[in-house]
Amino acid sequence: MSDNTGIINGINGNLLQVEFENPVLQNEVGYALTGELRLKSEVIRINGTRAEMQVFEDTSGLSVGDRLEFSGELLSAELGPGLLTQIYDGLQNPLPELAEKCGYFLKRGVYFDALNKDGSWAFTPVAEKQAEVTAGDTLGTVPEGMFSHRIMVPFRMTGRYIVEEVAAEGEYTLKDTIAKLRDTAGKLHDVTMLQHWPVKIPIRCYNERLRPSDPLVTRIRIIDTLFPVARGGTYCIPGPFGAGKTVLQQITSRYADVDIVIIAACGERAGEVVETLREFPELTDPRTGKSLMERTLIICNTSSMPVAAREASVYTAVTIAEYYRQMSLNVLLLADSTSRWAQALREVSGRLEEIPGEEAFPAYLESVIASFYERGGTVRLNDGSIGSITIGGTVSPAGGNFDEPVTQSTLKVVGAFHGLSRERSDARRYPALDPLESWSKYPSVVSGDDVQYARHILRQGNEVDQMMKVVGEEGTSLDDFIVYLKSEYLDDTYLQQDAFHPVDAATDADRQKYVFGKLVKILKTPMTFEDKEKARHFFQKLTQITKDWNQVAMDEEDFTKLDDTIGGMLAEVTEYV
Amino acid sequence: MYKVFTRIERIAGNVVMLEADDVTYRELAEVTSSQGSSLAQVIRIDGNRVYLQVFTGGRGVSTDAHVRFLGKNMQIPFSDALMGRVFTGGGLPRDRGPSITQNMIDIGGPSVNPAKRIIPRNMVRTGIPMIDVFNTLVESQKLPIFSVAGEPYNQLLARISLQADVDVIILGGMGLKHDDYLYFRDTLEDQGALSRSVLFIHTAADPTVECLLVPDVSLAVAERFALEGKRVLVLLTDMTNYADSLKEIAITMEQIPSNRGYPGDLYSQLAARYEKAVDFDDAGSITVLAATTMPGDDVTHPVPDNTGYITEGQFYLRNGRIEPFGSLSRLKQLVNDKTREDHRNIMNTMIQLYAAYRETMEKQAMGFRMSPWDLKLLKYGELFEKEMMDLSVNIPLEEALDLGWKILAECFEPAETGLPTKLIDGFWPETHTATTEKTD
Repeated sequence: MSDNTGIINGINGNLLQVEFENPVLQNEVGYALTGELRLKSEVIRINGTRAEMQVFEDTSGLSVGDRLEFSGELLSAELGPGLLTQIYDGLQNPLPELAEKCGYFLKRGVYFDALNKDGSWAFTPVAEKQAEVTAGDTLGTVPEGMFSHRIMVPFRMTGRYIVEEVAAEGEYTLKDTIAKLRDTAGKLHDVTMLQHWPVKIPIRCYNERLRPSDPLVTRIRIIDTLFPVARGGTYCIPGPFGAGKTVLQQITSRYADVDIVIIAACGERAGEVVETLREFPELTDPRTGKSLMERTLIICNTSSMPVAAREASVYTAVTIAEYYRQMSLNVLLLADSTSRWAQALREVSGRLEEIPGEEAFPAYLESVIASFYERGGTVRLNDGSIGSITIGGTVSPAGGNFDEPVTQSTLKVVGAFHGLSRERSDARRYPALDPLESWSKYPSVVSGDDVQYARHILRQGNEVDQMMKVVGEEGTSLDDFIVYLKSEYLDDTYLQQDAFHPVDAATDADRQKYVFGKLVKILKTPMTFEDKEKARHFFQKLTQITKDWNQVAMDEEDFTKLDDTIGGMLAEVTEYV
Repeated sequence: MYKVFTRIERIAGNVVMLEADDVTYRELAEVTSSQGSSLAQVIRIDGNRVYLQVFTGGRGVSTDAHVRFLGKNMQIPFSDALMGRVFTGGGLPRDRGPSITQNMIDIGGPSVNPAKRIIPRNMVRTGIPMIDVFNTLVESQKLPIFSVAGEPYNQLLARISLQADVDVIILGGMGLKHDDYLYFRDTLEDQGALSRSVLFIHTAADPTVECLLVPDVSLAVAERFALEGKRVLVLLTDMTNYADSLKEIAITMEQIPSNRGYPGDLYSQLAARYEKAVDFDDAGSITVLAATTMPGDDVTHPVPDNTGYITEGQFYLRNGRIEPFGSLSRLKQLVNDKTREDHRNIMNTMIQLYAAYRETMEKQAMGFRMSPWDLKLLKYGELFEKEMMDLSVNIPLEEALDLGWKILAECFEPAETGLPTKLIDGFWPETHTATTEKTD
């Protein structure tokens, strides 16, 4: 505890003016004290002897003259075994524990330890005595669910150390010393399994950053095939409300081929988090056969929770992601939604009376967003193993207009753009990714040439469709009309996916390769019909059968049967073999 | 016992500023001048300067008004005696009944812990097919009704308050025309629904600040009823007036506006209200329906836009009908698999075909020749609009689904609907399958 205190001199919403005497740090955490309450806050601006602090809670009941206790620490995340399966608020307060103590409603000023200090973990030493180590090197491991959780030299310990002592194999709590390290000056440092790291500073205990190249399979066909994401890459999902951003993220969090998923529900609906929260423990991870919750961590600062903690929540999430990346794991961080976080910045900026930029967002918005996404990436750790953080952020642009500042700042720094369109969601074409506007810089799970061809057909189909709106169906040639039907067919049967169907909801990479190969072959096949009505009828029937096909598991008998039916249908109208 | 301050330094709009000490943030005060007295709330403290928002407005407040700080936050009475009564935003009776002062509860309390929330599981039956079949309302859902001035959104809310299968209706009226207030009161009274309703009404003639209180008092009372195990439906109309009041206050406070004059925290303010919708595990639930008029029929206007991001879907009311495109109940998937096996497919198919009908209408309007398929769609669209979309249709969900099959069978061959073969075998009305099936 620090005994540095200040006096509150002004209150405006969640912004306090505090008079202080002793030195304070920028971004230092402080507690506003009134009666029994201790409200967490953070220094965001200093002017002479006045610090401006944003309070992470509702400020009702504070008055001028109340004391504010500075902690001497930056806003930090608590890191150690036991993080997984947890549900935290933006300040890493465990919500289930809060619910147990305080009932239905959140209570301000109540903070619990993020990690249980009494539970014990089975520690196995790895580091040799007298070995030389640096920050991030492994001292030992403990099993955490299905992972081997590395206990590392705390990241804040700069320089080289000699391992003087490592605890023997056995059960230890987070408070127990598991190693003693001697620095170059000869001083001994005790190391526990618990460490703290300031959330706004990236953890950089790695050898080098690598270019993301392995595809991250999400089992969503339109993403993996047309607009893929790479492990260690970044992508954003902007879309108007109701276009299915959150559903898309939920499906991704379920099926994505990574080790750990961190969900940062930032300023969005509480109901959406609840779905994850309640369903995940029941669902089994298709990769490991264990409960999905075992690989999941939820940071949840929903829209009606204190605004200031929203900003903290994305940083807390990315810090924890970095912690697990240091264990050579592949982490996926899903942030929903980064616009809400940007809005929180805007609210604070407005209260600070800063000169506003576009749409009253602060001028530093772009650099803040860029440095957040830059915390993603694939790295080679000091021991040569690889870890990655993939960041997927949704954006909720005002009015669904992608020209607004948050979308534009995000597009500059991400590797894939999954733009959702209102037209597609209105037409119930889910997932509502716009196949003409979206892009990705990462490699696809299927052959690149096929992707090119499919996109070509989609573009052509769209052109014909636009033309038909002007000249009508009778003014369109049969050949053009067939191109249009083909693009609709691809859209209906491959790009659209029924998220609620047990089989259709997730298509693995092998099936994508097989089915997409087949569809491209159909697209490439020249077809002849007597008239447009016959062509339409044929494609309606083909679409229906292909949709049925999508709903049959690959190892079922019907899969081959329907496959043959499709082949048979095509043989009737084409030279398809 | 409370210290009284008698010197007001500044009056701007509804906000007055005075020098005072020992004041806590958000505390209530009573401002009394020759024109009467009003409650006010502390909205900013800067050193010893205290800014107060006067609920009945700044008009008539004198510089020597007596200001007495009450040492408590805004409260509202709560008891079963509220049922059937009408109050102002400040909690005073608007009907001729007695005022209620016992059992005061705080308004604008903390939000529900997400870890205590459960997945919504019950549908709210309204008897309106466009809601029940196509965009099912679910307990604990929050949905806005987007419309433009002149649309019958208040009539729709009134109909829902009569037909909805819930225990308590709380109606929060903001900036209502006095006629509309009387319409609500009389409709509920005539149909015998007033006894299960509580009305908090702010009319356009009342002070702006009271408008800001309406959602908070409505939801605070709803929350108490829900904790007592009641299923509560909160109807708010019109949230755009609420947002405009927020704007008015923010501008008076010289805040930097973000978008079309609205304050930067519009989203958070709206969300704090809408997120009160909840389904308690072992108690009742709160469902929120809020009429939101879109200025200039523009859904990208900041109010409907921010609302859309908060709520779990939206209804569009256009030309007196709930528009099937754009209208969406995000939670319907949680309940519509437990109603009847054909519910989801009927829902999707009928909307897809209706979308095709709209396209055909466009083509027809441009004078293109209609193909046989187009003609079928035209027939279908007309039937659909007449028998399903009309808001006066009041039938239970199951009948509405049967009606859907009947309409499909009257217009199409089974294969043309794209419905799964299994459902067609089970539900396709017998009399119509006899028509010759054309292949190729």
